[in-house]
Amino acid sequence: MAPVNSDPGTPVRVRVKRKTFPAIGGRDENIVLRDVAFDVSPRSFVVLTGPSGCGKSTLLNIVAGLDKDYEGEIDLGPGSPRMTFIFQTPRLLPWRTIRENLMLSLPDGDPRQSNVDGMIERVGLTEATHAYPERTSLGMQRRAALARGFIQEPDILLMDEPFVSLDDPTAHGLRELLVDLWNSRPTTVMFVTHDRNEAVMLGTRILRLAPGSASIVADETVRLSPSDRTDRGKLQAELARIFESPDAGHS
Amino acid sequence: MLLARKFPAGATGERLLWTLASLTTLVALWAISAQLAGSRHFPGPGKVLEVIGQEAASGALWDNMSITLVRVACAFLLAMFIGTVIGILIGTYKRADQFFDSWLVLFLNLPALVIIALSYVWLGTTELTAILAVAVNKIPNVAVQMREGARQLSRDLAEMAAVYGFGPWKTLRHVTLPQLAPFAAAAARSGLALVWKIVLVVEALGGHATGVGHQIHAAFGNYDVPTILAYALAFIVVIQIVEFGILQPLQARVMRWRR
Repeated sequence: MAPVNSDPGTPVRVRVKRKTFPAIGGRDENIVLRDVAFDVSPRSFVVLTGPSGCGKSTLLNIVAGLDKDYEGEIDLGPGSPRMTFIFQTPRLLPWRTIRENLMLSLPDGDPRQSNVDGMIERVGLTEATHAYPERTSLGMQRRAALARGFIQEPDILLMDEPFVSLDDPTAHGLRELLVDLWNSRPTTVMFVTHDRNEAVMLGTRILRLAPGSASIVADETVRLSPSDRTDRGKLQAELARIFESPDAGHS
Repeated sequence: MLLARKFPAGATGERLLWTLASLTTLVALWAISAQLAGSRHFPGPGKVLEVIGQEAASGALWDNMSITLVRVACAFLLAMFIGTVIGILIGTYKRADQFFDSWLVLFLNLPALVIIALSYVWLGTTELTAILAVAVNKIPNVAVQMREGARQLSRDLAEMAAVYGFGPWKTLRHVTLPQLAPFAAAAARSGLALVWKIVLVVEALGGHATGVGHQIHAAFGNYDVPTILAYALAFIVVIQIVEFGILQPLQARVMRWRR
């Protein structure tokens, strides 16, 4: 198990006053996010969810520093916390093997490079260690992307629908892998998904965004223990409580 | 290469057979026409082969070919390097593209002969002049092809490289250049074909005392067609060896990650 900082640290503070996309082709300027403000406590697993177009991926890109064109402020905490992004597509370098992709994601000579082979084994890719990504399945590429994220030993882990366009069993297997990796090294997570089942299964807290309001319409704590999360009945009950209760939002 | 990928691997032998049949037919047609023409200005394959043998035996063939090949290699590498740098810059920075686009169009349309003539007038008959004149002819083509490659660079991978702290050198080597490799390969193959032809013209016009171009020019002065054809044929063979022995394997190696 990787060493974990004993200090729980300070929360990630997200304050986005306004984020717009410019007017294109006669359409009005589009306000994607307005007065989005929340804190993410250390080592919590926060899920951002909502229908497509609600701005959840945009919000994640802002937190990641990939999108700097917004009004507001993101405070990741003191020092320079290590942040990693796992994208919607694997974004592996197709001309480098799985192992090379993991090695390249770390600085040359970094001690974490010695964990690469162990991580490859952990995510079940030992056979594909020296394979080029495009010669493996999408599920395997997503495993590699997950491994590349966790090998960083990040303080903050951002994930943007990392399991979309997979068949159910493969997606399920990857979610279990994610939970397993996260349990052995808890880190602050912001996870974007439009899949409500996935949100309830993974998250400790769920923030719902709606396209109309361009803001957070519901903020719910998931009341499930780790063992509850494997129980179909309890998952369904929690899903109903969060997404279908009348006061939970207006989507 | 693109065409070859469409054939199943088993068809390689068949394809080779077709090539062989096609070349044999060409040589046969040549031999028959030469026989019918019966002119010393239209020698048959036997006569040309005989001259190749003589030139090879005297050592002239190797001397001239090697000096020409060195010029080809220098001009080729210079054009590839400068053209790639220019192409990446104008493909990456929109302002640079807008500014330099008209320059590029000008140089693309400048006749090779003009570049060659001006090079010798301004720089005199030196080895460097020959190489520069050829390179300047090729640089705009390389730049245009590399610009296309740079325009298609993946933003997704650039973001990934930024998130994982690649830095400029690592990004260039592992993210940018591999994406440009197919464009560089295309530029290299079309470049080789263009460069060796221009090198011969430069050698002929520049008054160099050596090289295949000089030999052909001298033979032309005597209406010595067998020698012209002998050098042309020998050089085509050498360039094809470079193409199949170096460029194509290199391209296959660079593309080996593809499905």
